[in-house]
Amino acid sequence: MSDADKQVLLEVKGLTMDFGGLRAVDTIDLSISEGEIAALIGPNGAGKTTFFNCVTGIYKPTGGDILIHPQDKPTQRINGKKPNIITELGMARTFQNIRLFSDMTVLENVMIGRHCRTKTGLTGAILRGASVRKEEQQIVEFSYHLLEKVGLTEFADEFSKNLPYGAQRRLEIARAMATEPFLLLLDEPAAGMNPQETADLVALILRIRSEETIAILLIEHDMKLVMNLSDTIHVMEYGKKIATGTPQQIKDNPKVIEAYLGEEADA
Amino acid sequence: MKNLKQSLAVSLWFIFLTFPLMVVKVNTTDNIVQWRWMNMLWVGLAIFALSFLWRYALARKEARQMAAMSGEDEHGKPSKMQRLFEDPAVRTKMLFGIMAFALVFPWVFDTYQSTIMISALIYVVLGLGLNITVGLAGLLDLGYVAFFAVGAYAYALLNHHFGLGFWICLPLGAVIGGIFGVILGFPILRLRGDYLAIVTLGFGMIVKVVLENWSDFSFGPSGIAQIDRPGLFGMEMNIAASTTYIYYIMIALVILTIIVTGRLKNSRIGRAWIALREDEIACVAMGIDMARTKLSAYALGACWAGMVGVMFAAKTTFINPASFTFMESAIILSIVVLGGMGSILGVILGALILILMPEYLRAFSEYRMLIFGAAMVLMMIFRPQGIISNIRQKYELKGLKEKSENV
Repeated sequence: MSDADKQVLLEVKGLTMDFGGLRAVDTIDLSISEGEIAALIGPNGAGKTTFFNCVTGIYKPTGGDILIHPQDKPTQRINGKKPNIITELGMARTFQNIRLFSDMTVLENVMIGRHCRTKTGLTGAILRGASVRKEEQQIVEFSYHLLEKVGLTEFADEFSKNLPYGAQRRLEIARAMATEPFLLLLDEPAAGMNPQETADLVALILRIRSEETIAILLIEHDMKLVMNLSDTIHVMEYGKKIATGTPQQIKDNPKVIEAYLGEEADA
Repeated sequence: MKNLKQSLAVSLWFIFLTFPLMVVKVNTTDNIVQWRWMNMLWVGLAIFALSFLWRYALARKEARQMAAMSGEDEHGKPSKMQRLFEDPAVRTKMLFGIMAFALVFPWVFDTYQSTIMISALIYVVLGLGLNITVGLAGLLDLGYVAFFAVGAYAYALLNHHFGLGFWICLPLGAVIGGIFGVILGFPILRLRGDYLAIVTLGFGMIVKVVLENWSDFSFGPSGIAQIDRPGLFGMEMNIAASTTYIYYIMIALVILTIIVTGRLKNSRIGRAWIALREDEIACVAMGIDMARTKLSAYALGACWAGMVGVMFAAKTTFINPASFTFMESAIILSIVVLGGMGSILGVILGALILILMPEYLRAFSEYRMLIFGAAMVLMMIFRPQGIISNIRQKYELKGLKEKSENV
């Protein structure tokens, strides 16, 4: 399948984000197609996480357009929409510094992800009729299957704060997947992981792509992981995008070497 | 051994400190100095014992924490009492026992006891209501008593002006309380932590000040008297019968509250509240509407306060703004914190202990606040999760596990 056949899912045009006088994200263009694994790399402070926060609605961008084209649904501009609306539209994220609900069990964490796909309201919850009980059972089953996918079923009844680090990262991914996204945004998923955990993570991400047809955009500093995993790499520096291409193209790009990899060569 | 030495040192220090107060007494009429050496001994012994106990408890707590660090989790591990309550056979027996006791209570004890019990039950419902806002959704509310006042005044005024009865006003009180919850909820949607606490505190004050000063509306500090007691098909009841009747209504209300909050806690909505408490940003990123979730938590918490406010007005038949001071808010909050945030059983126990104890320990009424404060401090040091920590529901996974193993 050539690139032209694939539907574009997320299209960012000229996205700009100012904090007072500081331009953290400067006219970024970026698009992600169906089934693609894209990586966003760049030195610390390049504006990658700010870009994520703009796209997922945590920040309201100063300028530009963020358009999403979900399958079977009309195109929507999502600038400045609330994060929960954006998640409902089909984009879910994980966080750089893990943000699990620490006093809830592992299973409940995933069940929270089902919130926007279920309907039980206050009266429903109080009366607890047959349909509500059925929905509740479906939430449990769906969440449990997701735990199976990320390999955390043995911890299902454990408080999430008691999980080992790597497992917490995987739980965050499972929680995001529970919202049934078409695009998953992972903010440094391999940060602080040992090689074994990183290898598991790569396998997990590839499995998500093949089994669930979810496109993935990830921020990552682990170059080996990025080069192995991504179809496309976008490089940012000082809020600007300086290069886009396949891993091979990025490796050979003089601008990237100068801005990013070159720093390491000098040191 | 080290504890003994340190305790000894502390007691010597206290003997020295209290020496002029406890030992030396100048008799000014006879111009002689009395030396009360026995007092010195008592001070020394008491301080020694207290200090030793204190150190021993702290050491035990630290040992437990060390154990928790090396694998066993302290918070996750239910106490003996909780494990007992988890056992279904014991649980049903205990529930039956409590129910039977609750039902025969007004016949065994006199009206005075019933009245005390009614006010304790009122606080149980208040605690459970506030538990939704504070314990589950994590929104600190220092002005909760305002909703209680709203409910009470709603019934008092409707009864006074329009002669509306208790049974119509009970749901009305809940609705009005809920509406006030939403009114307070809107401006504080964006606030959290300390700011939230201050605004809710202010709201509580505003309601009280309005009730005190808007005399045309609320009859000011003199309050409203001769509010109707709850009616039972127009039957005439003397005070004793009426108290018994109110007692049973309160029992029913408590049961209703337990069922409703219990169900909410383990529902989609309840999980959203807890997620909001745990991490607001992650919560919205997971697709939960923060505004709606916060408002529903406030409105629901306020609902119970409004409803039980009606009950309060009907019970006392007289209300004035002095019943709705900040102290009340603080007590209700203490009930929730002391009992165990988010835990229904804990809050019930907390309310009964905090309200009944002062009633039955009238002899020590002068030291009430002192004991109260000391208990609070001790509690926060030795059991910060409350009397009964919140147990999360275990979901039925057995079937699922087998299913996936067969595949």
